[in-house]
Amino acid sequence: MTSIQFIVFLPLLAAAFAGLSNRAFGTLVPKVVTTGALFIACALSWPIFIGFLTGSNEAGVAPVFTWMQSGTLDVSWALRVDALTAVMLVVVTSVSFLVHLYSWGYMSEDPDQPRFFAYLSLFTFAMLMLVTANNLIQMFFGWEGVGLASYLLIGFWFRKPSANAAAIKAFVVNRVGDLGFMLGIFGTYLVFNTVSIPEILAAAPGMAGSTIGFLGGRFDTMTVLCLLLFVGAMGKSAQLGLHTWLPDAMEGPTPVSALIHAATMVTAGVFMVCRLSPMFETSATAMTVITVVGAATCFFAATIGTVQTDIKRVIAYSTCSQLGYMFFAAGVGAYGAAMFHLFTHAFFKALLFLGAGSVIHSMHHEQDMRCYGGLRKHIPVTFWGMMAGTLAITGVGIYEVGGFAGYHSKDAIIESAFAAGSGGAFWAGVIAALLTSFYSWRLMFLTFWGKPRWATSEHVQHAVHDGHGHHGHEDAHVEPGHGDVADNPRAEDAGSEPHVHGPGEEDMHEGTGGYHPHESPIVMLIPLIVLSMGAVFTGYFFHPFFIDPESAGAFWKGSLFFNEHLAHATHEIPTWAKLSATVAMLLGLVTAWYAYIVNKELPAKFADHFRLLYRFLLNKWYFDELYHFIFVRPAFALGRLFWKAGDEGTIDRFGPNGSAAVVSFGSRLTGRLQSGYLYSYAFVMLIGLTAAITWAVTR
Amino acid sequence: MNGFPILSVMLLVPAVAAVVCLFLDAKSARWLALAATLVDLALGIVLWASFDIGGAQWQFVEHSDALFGSFSWALGIDGFALLLIMLSVFLMPICIGASWEAVQQRVPEYMAAFLLTEVLMIGTFAAQDLFLFYVFFEAGLIPMYLIIGIWGGVNRIYASYKFFLYTLLGSVLMLIAMLWMTQQAGTTYIPDLMNHDFPVHAQTWLWLAFFASFAVKMPMWPVHTWLPDAHVQAPTAGSVILAGVLLKLGGYGFLRFSLPMFPEASSQLIWLIFGLSAVAVIYTSLVALVQSDMKKLIAYSSVAHMAIVTIGLFAFNRQGIEGAMMIMLGHGLVSGALFLCVGVIYDRLHTREIDRYGGLAINMPRYAVFFLLFTMASIGLPGTSNFVGELLALMGTYQVSTWTALLCTTGIILGAAYMLYLYRRVVFGDLTKDDVKAMPDLSMREIALLAPIAAVVLWMGVYPESFLAPMRQDVAILLERIDRAQPKGDSMPTAGNPSAVPAAHHGAEGGAH
Repeated sequence: MTSIQFIVFLPLLAAAFAGLSNRAFGTLVPKVVTTGALFIACALSWPIFIGFLTGSNEAGVAPVFTWMQSGTLDVSWALRVDALTAVMLVVVTSVSFLVHLYSWGYMSEDPDQPRFFAYLSLFTFAMLMLVTANNLIQMFFGWEGVGLASYLLIGFWFRKPSANAAAIKAFVVNRVGDLGFMLGIFGTYLVFNTVSIPEILAAAPGMAGSTIGFLGGRFDTMTVLCLLLFVGAMGKSAQLGLHTWLPDAMEGPTPVSALIHAATMVTAGVFMVCRLSPMFETSATAMTVITVVGAATCFFAATIGTVQTDIKRVIAYSTCSQLGYMFFAAGVGAYGAAMFHLFTHAFFKALLFLGAGSVIHSMHHEQDMRCYGGLRKHIPVTFWGMMAGTLAITGVGIYEVGGFAGYHSKDAIIESAFAAGSGGAFWAGVIAALLTSFYSWRLMFLTFWGKPRWATSEHVQHAVHDGHGHHGHEDAHVEPGHGDVADNPRAEDAGSEPHVHGPGEEDMHEGTGGYHPHESPIVMLIPLIVLSMGAVFTGYFFHPFFIDPESAGAFWKGSLFFNEHLAHATHEIPTWAKLSATVAMLLGLVTAWYAYIVNKELPAKFADHFRLLYRFLLNKWYFDELYHFIFVRPAFALGRLFWKAGDEGTIDRFGPNGSAAVVSFGSRLTGRLQSGYLYSYAFVMLIGLTAAITWAVTR
Repeated sequence: MNGFPILSVMLLVPAVAAVVCLFLDAKSARWLALAATLVDLALGIVLWASFDIGGAQWQFVEHSDALFGSFSWALGIDGFALLLIMLSVFLMPICIGASWEAVQQRVPEYMAAFLLTEVLMIGTFAAQDLFLFYVFFEAGLIPMYLIIGIWGGVNRIYASYKFFLYTLLGSVLMLIAMLWMTQQAGTTYIPDLMNHDFPVHAQTWLWLAFFASFAVKMPMWPVHTWLPDAHVQAPTAGSVILAGVLLKLGGYGFLRFSLPMFPEASSQLIWLIFGLSAVAVIYTSLVALVQSDMKKLIAYSSVAHMAIVTIGLFAFNRQGIEGAMMIMLGHGLVSGALFLCVGVIYDRLHTREIDRYGGLAINMPRYAVFFLLFTMASIGLPGTSNFVGELLALMGTYQVSTWTALLCTTGIILGAAYMLYLYRRVVFGDLTKDDVKAMPDLSMREIALLAPIAAVVLWMGVYPESFLAPMRQDVAILLERIDRAQPKGDSMPTAGNPSAVPAAHHGAEGGAH
C-alpha cells in the first residue's frame, strides 16, 4: 500500500510548486500540475477503496518519520489506511480532482489562478493528513491545516472586505472548537498516557466508570474526554452554536464552497467521531449530547434554509443541516449510517454547489435567486445536474425498490434514530426532511421555472451594458452580493414578481433585460455529469457495504464501531416509520410546488402574516447579533479598558511613572539630561552597584 | 573539541570585533560586524555538531580561578544553554543585515553595541559561575539601553528610563539573594548550587528575589509595561534581539536557578506563576487586539506567549519544560521575524500605524507570503515551531491544573483574532493609498534575512526532534531534582470499572455525580 504516500504528498508538492512559482510559468503550468497531481491521487485512491469493498485489503500503517517525542508522548508522522480512511480517500480525492477541473472554467478570468490552485491542493494535502492520521496530534495537524486552507480560500478575493471578515470569522470560530479539541487531547493523554488512536481505542472500554477531576469538579472520565473532543468536532462541522462561520464562508469562490464547505472539511467532525467511535461508545452522556446537538442543528439550519434568497446560502444551511443528520446518526450509535451519509452527501452536495456555481457563472455572478427564473431551457446540463442533486438530497425513492443517494443514506439515519429509541431525533429528522425538500425545491423552482426575472439583477444589467463576457471576476466580486436581505426591509420572501432593486419594469423585455445566459464550458460540465452519476447511484450501490447488517461489519472491519444489533433493529421498525421520511419529502415538494409555481403570492403573504417568525428565520435566529453583543464587542472594550485603565492608568502610573517623588526625580533627571543621556546614568549606577558588591564579595 | 576553548573563542570574536569596529568607517564596520557574527554562527554550528547528546551534563567546560577572589572564569553548557546560544548566534547576523541600510547614524558604535550584546548573551548562557552570570546578565542590558536610547524613536528617553527602572529593582533583589546563597552554600559554582538543598523557609525568600528579576525580564504581567515602549522605540534590529534573545533570559533564569535550586519554593508558589500567567494570556491578548501600532501589537503578543513559557516551566513535568523551551526558541525566531516584517514596511513608509497600510498582497506578494508564514507560526499552526512548544507546554500544564490549561489555551483563540486582524489590515484589502502603492516588494537582502528564519520555523515544526534531543537528558536531570516537590494534579483519574457501567444506549447514566 505504498501508493498512500503518493496520494498524500503529491498534492503537497503540487501546491508548493504552484504557490511558490507564482506566475513564473503563467497560469497553465500550475493548473496542469495541480490538477494532474489530484488526478493521480484520485486514480490511486479508488483501487484502495475497491480493495476494501472486495475484502482483499487489510488495514495498515505506513510510517513516515518521528514528529515529536517528549517522555511517554510519542508522536509520529504516519499514514493509516483502513476502510474508514479509504472511504474518505475516495471522497476527498475525487471531489478535489473534479473541483480542480471545474475551476479551470470557473476561475478562467481570474489573474491569481496559480495561487487559487495552490490553495486547493494544499487543502487536499491537509485533509488527507487528517483522514490518514494514526494519532490525535497528526489529526490536529490536518485539522488546522484544512482550517488554514479554508481561511485562505474564503479570503481568496482579498480586496473584498466581506471576504476578509468571513475568513477571519471562520478561523476564529474554528479555534473555539479547537480549544475543546486541544483540551480533549491533553485529557486523553493524561488518562491513557498515549495519543495513538488504536491504543486509545483499545484502552477506552476499560476506563468506563472512572472519574476525573476537571475544573474543580469530578466527572465521569470518558464523558469529559468525549465532550471536549466533540466541541472540536462542533467547530469544524458547524454545529449549532459554532455554525456561524459556515454561511459567511460562502464569500469564497464557489468551487471552494463545494470542496471545503460541503464535501470534505466540514465533515471532518463526523469523521473524527466515527474514528473514535469505540471511545464515544463508553459514554452514554456524551452520546446523548451528540444526538441532541445533531438533531437540533439539523432542524435549526433547515428552518433558516427555507427563507434565504442567496442561492449559495441556501445550500450552505442545507449543508449545516445535513451535518446535523450525520451527527445524530453517530449519537444514536449508527456510525455506519453517518459515514454513509457523509459519503453520498459529498457527491450530491458538491454537485449542488458546482451546479449553483454554473448558474452563477451563467448569470454573471448574480447570486440572488429572486433575479433568476426560467433558466431551465437556457442551461440544460446545469439544470439536469441540479435536478439529480435535488432528487438525491431530498431522498426521492420507492419503498423496497431503491432511489437516489439520499433516499438510502438519510432515511437510514432517520430509521436508526427510531430503532435506537431516540424519538426526539427521529422527529427532528423527519421534520428536517420536510424542510429540506421544501427549500431544495424552492431553489429549483425559483431558479429554473417561472418567468425570467434577470433584469432586476445589477450584475446582469452591467453585463448587458458592457457587452457581457468582458468582466473580470475581480470587478464582479468587489460588490458583495446584494442579497443582504437583513438590511432590506422591503425584501420579502423571494416571491412572485420581482419587486426589489432594479429599473422600471417597462425596461424589461419580458424580464430578461435583453440578457442571454450561456451554458458553462465543458470543463465545468464534466464534473457536474460525473457527480450526477454519484448522486444517482452511490446510495443504491454502496448501502450493502456501509449499513446493511449482514455485510457492513465485514467492510468496516472494526475501523469504526459497527453496531450490528442496531442495524438489525433498523430493519425491523414499523412501516409507517420507514415511510415517514418519504412522506415528509413529498409534503415538502408539494408545498414548494404550490407556493412557487401555482400560487406565487403565497410566500409574500406568509411572510407578512407571520412577520416575527419570518424575520427570526431571515436573520438566522439572531446568532450573529447575539455573538457580536456578548463576545466581539466586550473583547474590544475589555482590550481598551485593560490597555488604558490597566497598563497606562494603573501599572505605569503607580509603577515606573511612580509616586510623586519618583516622577519629580524622573522629570528632573530628564530635564537635566535633555541631551538624551539618561541611559548612561542608569547603567553607570548599575555598574557601580555591581562593582561595589563584587568587590565586597571577593574581598 | 579536546582542550579547544570554543566558548571563550565565541566570546572573544565579537568582543574583539566590537573594539575594532569603533575605529572603522561605516562601511567597514558593517562588513566586519557581519563577518564576526557569521564566524560566531559557524562556531555555533561546530558547537552543536560536537555536542555529545546524552553525554556529560556539562560540556565544553572551561575553568580558570585566575580571575580574582572567589570569582572564577567558569564556562560550560548543557543542552538548554546550547539551544539558547544557537538562537543568539543565529539571529545576530540577521540583525546586522537588518540594520544594513536602516541605520546611517553612528554606524561603528551601533555595530559595536550589537557585537557587545552578542558577547554578553553568549556569556550569560555559558557562565557557570554565579557572579560571572550576574555580570553578563545585567550588563547585557547596557548595549540595549544604548541601542534604544541612541538609535531609537522619538520617545526613546522615556522608554529607556522605564526599561531601566524595572530592571534595576529586580537586579538588586537578585544580587542580594545571590550574596546570601554563596555565603550559605560556600560556592559560586552554578552546577554545585543546583544540587545544594537550601533550607525550605529560606527558599521562599530567595525564590521571590530571583522572581523579581526574572519576571521583569520575561516579562510577566503586571511588570510587562516596559516591553511595548521599548519595542516601539527600538530600531528594528533592536526589537529582533530584544524579543528574540533578551526575553529568553527570564525563562532561562527560572530554568537554571529557581527550579533546581529552590524546588520546594517553586512548588509552593505555583499558584502565583499560574495566576499571573493566566491573567497575562487573556489580558495582554485583549490589549493586543486593540492596538493600532504594529510593534506594540507584537510586543503585547510576546507577553502572552511568554506566559505559556512560565506555566510550562512550572508544570513540573517533561512536556511542560520541553514545551517551554520550544516556545522560547520558536518565539525567538517568530517574533524576531515579525519585527523584521514590520521593519521592512517601516523602512518604506516610516510609520507603524496599521491603518496606513492595506492591500500589500497586491504589490508585495513575496512579503505577503513571508508575513503569512510568520503570522501562522505565531498563532501556533501545526507544522510550525510554536505549535510544538505550545502543545507540549499546555499539555504539561493540564496535568497540574485544568483551570490554568483552559485559561491559557484560550490564547489560541485570542492569538488568532489579533494576528489575523493585523494581517488583514496590513496585507489584505484593496490597495488604495498612493504611497503604499509605490512600495516595492522585498529586496534580495530582505529575502536573505527572512528565508533562513522561515526555514528553521518549518524545520522546528516538522522535525522538532533535532531540538528536543539535546535537552532531553537535562530535562531528566532537572525532573529528578524537583521530583520531591512535584505538585499533585487536579485530574487524578480513578481506575475504570467497565463491568459496573452498562453499555451506551441502554439508559446508562454516566455523567457527573
